[in-house]
Amino acid sequence: MGLSRRPDPAITQLSSGGDPWTATRLDFVVNWARANSLWPMPFGTACCAIEFMATAASRFDLARFGMERQSFSPRQADVLICAGRVPFKLAPVLRRIWQQMPQPKWCISMGSCASSGNGIFDNYAVVQGIDTIIPVDVYVPGCPPRPEGLLYGIMLLQKKVMNERSADKSLRNEMEPDPRSQLYIPAPMIDEVSEPFGNSVHQTRSGL
Amino acid sequence: MSTSFTPVVAGSALPSDAPAPATAKSVPQLGGTPNPSAAALQARFPTAVRSIGVVWGETTVIVDRGELLEVVQWLHDDASQRYDFLSDVTAVEFRDLELPIEVVWHLRSLPYRRFLRLKVLLEKGSPLEVPSVWSVYKAADWLERECYDMFGIRFTGHPDLRRLLMWEQYREGYPLRKDFPLRGRFSRSEQLRQALAANPEARYSKEELSIAQAFEDLPDDMRRRLSAGEKTGE
Repeated sequence: MGLSRRPDPAITQLSSGGDPWTATRLDFVVNWARANSLWPMPFGTACCAIEFMATAASRFDLARFGMERQSFSPRQADVLICAGRVPFKLAPVLRRIWQQMPQPKWCISMGSCASSGNGIFDNYAVVQGIDTIIPVDVYVPGCPPRPEGLLYGIMLLQKKVMNERSADKSLRNEMEPDPRSQLYIPAPMIDEVSEPFGNSVHQTRSGL
Repeated sequence: MSTSFTPVVAGSALPSDAPAPATAKSVPQLGGTPNPSAAALQARFPTAVRSIGVVWGETTVIVDRGELLEVVQWLHDDASQRYDFLSDVTAVEFRDLELPIEVVWHLRSLPYRRFLRLKVLLEKGSPLEVPSVWSVYKAADWLERECYDMFGIRFTGHPDLRRLLMWEQYREGYPLRKDFPLRGRFSRSEQLRQALAANPEARYSKEELSIAQAFEDLPDDMRRRLSAGEKTGE
């Protein structure tokens, strides 16, 4: 995706002799605290947000995962959950919200629309996957995903947070979009990942 | 600006022995009894009314572009019509190059329980301009803006004809026209680049604020900056 490759932790551990025992234990404590108090910033734009509400409500109870508080301000949030399709008109808003979130921060792309544009929204108005705007950690498939699916995605994210190492400085690199085009991945890459399944690139709805 | 509000009771203008409203059964697709307003329109504006048709029990009157505003004004004001509710303004384009683009107004008369559909035919190749009915129905404001946004039909006399759904700097054309490709004209990266270039906090332009009559209340420096074309929040 044009992002810088992170060094494989196993290799760096071997070559540098590994992190000291205290650092790994401290990492564990910090990661444990972070993974179990992820405050979500719900960015709900469509039906996926309804499933997100169901996940947060009493039956599925998101609070079990330390997500007790839905943070409707990006400045007090840890994980951005983008639930639903994002039109192009909303793209700068989503980008702005992501930039307003302080590090450490993660992003869950919930549902097919947020992850890929969902095919049926392969039209002039909808962003083909929010990973063309902001970096995404976990993709939850489904249209919309059941609350169990979102919970599984959250547990995957917790697992990812638990594996983070403070020695890895590239983890907290802030996304820096190109100041001229505002894109953070190369333009041909965006065209490639938003390629449709069918040959509808040059499609017109009539012979006019 | 506050005016007293008088509720309109549906069917209040009908005679007391009028039959109670009921869902019509076995409505023919074509033909049927036209809305009495259609005959009244033809008597009042013999040159404006081009044809009257009934589809699924709903009356469609095709009127001349030049007299549309007078027709709508009369339908709204006349005591025997009282079309007090504009429910939709939209347009239809057909794939056939020969068929004109239709601009459609859906009018409803609550006191008489009537529904009337007005159409104006715009030949392709001619300028897509129709008079705005904003002076009659304030509800036409956003409906006409949406129609302009999606079809590129200019409503002359509209006070603030800008795009409504797409952003104002949208340069790809009019999405609901038949010659518009489904995925847009530009590549995905170019679309994303143009979308991300927008400032999400730049909400109001000078025109918008002056229509809301809030422009005069702004501080001097802000008025000066807005007059130079800047938007608030930038």
